[in-house]
Amino acid sequence: MAEIVIRGLRKEFGNFTAVQSSSFTIADGEFFMLLGPSGCGKTTTLRMIAGLELPTSGEIFIDGDEVGQKPASERDIAFVFQMFALYPHMNVRRNISYPLVSQGMPRAQVKAKVAEVAKILGIEDILHKPVGGLSGGDRQRVALGRAIVRDPKAFMMDEPLGALDAEFRERMAEELRALHDRMGATTVYVTHDQLEAMQMGDKIVVMNHGVIEQFGAPQDIYDKPATMFVADFIGSPPMNFLRHHGAVEAGAARVTLGHHRFGVPETREPFDGDIVLGVRPEHVRFRDDGAYRGEVLASEYLGTTQIVTLATPLGEVKARTPSGQIATVGETVALDFNPRTVTLFDAQSGRALRSDLNEGVLHG
Amino acid sequence: MADVTLRGVTKRFRRDVAVDDVSLEIEDGSFVVLLGPTGAGKTTTLRLISGLEKADAGDILLAGRSVLNETPAQRDVAMVFQQYSLYPHMTVRENLEFPLKSPILRTPREQIARKVGEVSEVLRISHKLDNKATELSGGEMQRVSIGRALVREPAIYLMDEPLSSLDAKLRTELRVELKRVQMSLGATLLYVTHDQIEAMTMATHVGVLDHGRLVQFGTPREIYENPVSLYVASRLGLPRINVLPAGLFGGAPSAATTIGLRPEHIAEGQGKPSKVVRVEHLGDQTRLHLTLEGHDIVTLTDVHTRLEPGDTLAISPENPLYFDASGARVA
Repeated sequence: MAEIVIRGLRKEFGNFTAVQSSSFTIADGEFFMLLGPSGCGKTTTLRMIAGLELPTSGEIFIDGDEVGQKPASERDIAFVFQMFALYPHMNVRRNISYPLVSQGMPRAQVKAKVAEVAKILGIEDILHKPVGGLSGGDRQRVALGRAIVRDPKAFMMDEPLGALDAEFRERMAEELRALHDRMGATTVYVTHDQLEAMQMGDKIVVMNHGVIEQFGAPQDIYDKPATMFVADFIGSPPMNFLRHHGAVEAGAARVTLGHHRFGVPETREPFDGDIVLGVRPEHVRFRDDGAYRGEVLASEYLGTTQIVTLATPLGEVKARTPSGQIATVGETVALDFNPRTVTLFDAQSGRALRSDLNEGVLHG
Repeated sequence: MADVTLRGVTKRFRRDVAVDDVSLEIEDGSFVVLLGPTGAGKTTTLRLISGLEKADAGDILLAGRSVLNETPAQRDVAMVFQQYSLYPHMTVRENLEFPLKSPILRTPREQIARKVGEVSEVLRISHKLDNKATELSGGEMQRVSIGRALVREPAIYLMDEPLSSLDAKLRTELRVELKRVQMSLGATLLYVTHDQIEAMTMATHVGVLDHGRLVQFGTPREIYENPVSLYVASRLGLPRINVLPAGLFGGAPSAATTIGLRPEHIAEGQGKPSKVVRVEHLGDQTRLHLTLEGHDIVTLTDVHTRLEPGDTLAISPENPLYFDASGARVA
């Protein structure tokens, strides 16, 4: 098992820069997510760690060894793709044992190893079956088995659940994470699904246009987004943005946007310009009275909670409220934002302004 | 717009019963969602109403008249499919006008222009009216194909998973939009999906299908809070409802064999000790994966909980649902 250190990693394809200059550390045994929209550079980053692409510049350390320019075969990494590629003419046992047999491992040892892996994955009873007739879940398990069986230093997974339907995906995500908890193997996992990243990851890197927007623990990224991109990409519905020209002093606990004043976590830097107030839907509360009001445009029932969409003077706001609280379309309600959870952004750059809330998480 | 009634409708394909004795009342102006997994009979029900399939038994009434012997065109329904099929060589405007230019309808020119204007306004595609259909994004194309149904004023709109091929962000957006459009037009809509979020958020009434049978029909709240069976209870709710042996916490009625416990209906701090296996921080909610006497349980907890794997947490049920051996609700 291994620690993976990435330093100043860059990849260009002709005139196009896929990855700008990435630096981060994946601790030994971590389940690490590379998250972002398509084209953000997450898969290229993964392929460089695995040795399927060579970096234009920068370094990759696996367990202290610099492997950036080494071929994939010398890195001792197992790769699991979105489309689980199994050998169709072989049965499950032969598919799983193939990597060991081709390494020249003695037969008895191969048998013992396959039995162990089959037990971990709960597929002992299908070892003799041809892979053709297997369900999607079992095919996925066999593909994992073939990766696990070699005892590699780390696993690379490129959207392994991408092709599955929602209900099944949820189950496989739980299974994958439980498997990781049993084996403790360093895993780097690429996804564009923010919920999958939050659910499974110990750490998340959020990428956009080849640049790392933020790196950290899931809850920190959710509560303390470094940029508007992160605030919008993570969370469903995403963070609400109220836009206006405004100014704040360092140390202020309020911000004035037009005619409206809002409480904010104490600011740590002054700002004057186009400002964005960001608040998550679950931190928007309804009140009996108050100056800031919105008209209910829609309400969506979700069981215990509901999402209420409101038209407010500074833009559309979505609130997540208990479903017992009736919100009738057309009525006007007073709103209140939990001041401890608000993030202010520079509208121009999208960067979060430093405050009492996020200063431990944001650097510079 | 009109009431739609199904009376004991049955449809077989060889030996398979796709739709089994379904009776359903879709009131004028309601948004009815048929929910169920693949093969439950949702799409077949839709096709029976539109006239694309013929029922083996039962009756289908539109505005009080039996339509069994009418062609799809005579029935006056509008369908939207999962895969948007626009005419690629036409502009958005021409695509929207097309259904109104049908020789059966003979719509006057000014009326066509007015209707296209209205619908494109409602769907927020007015600025794209003169674009070629191929120049649109996926979300815009699906809006145009919904618009092509909306320009007509049929007895009912029938929609078959119209949002399922779109990405998550767009789906969320169009969900709200579709509901808004339906309300503002007072349209009657029958909508088929396997997505529980779509069912809960848009429907005035949800019909849950299981192997061709309509097992429950009611408001989303009724279905969620008062399911008639374990099957229905498992269709709604994320994370899924916990299904446990009835005796696990005591106090179960004698007929009950299983207890259904929604993740948000578990009280912490008293009751039986469970072990924390995993803590999942999803941002707006935090899920605890617990084990209790060998059973896996998922519950929701304080977002910034200090609990960690290995910790012990006492839990007890709140508002449990009880089911008998057949899965029917007993309490």
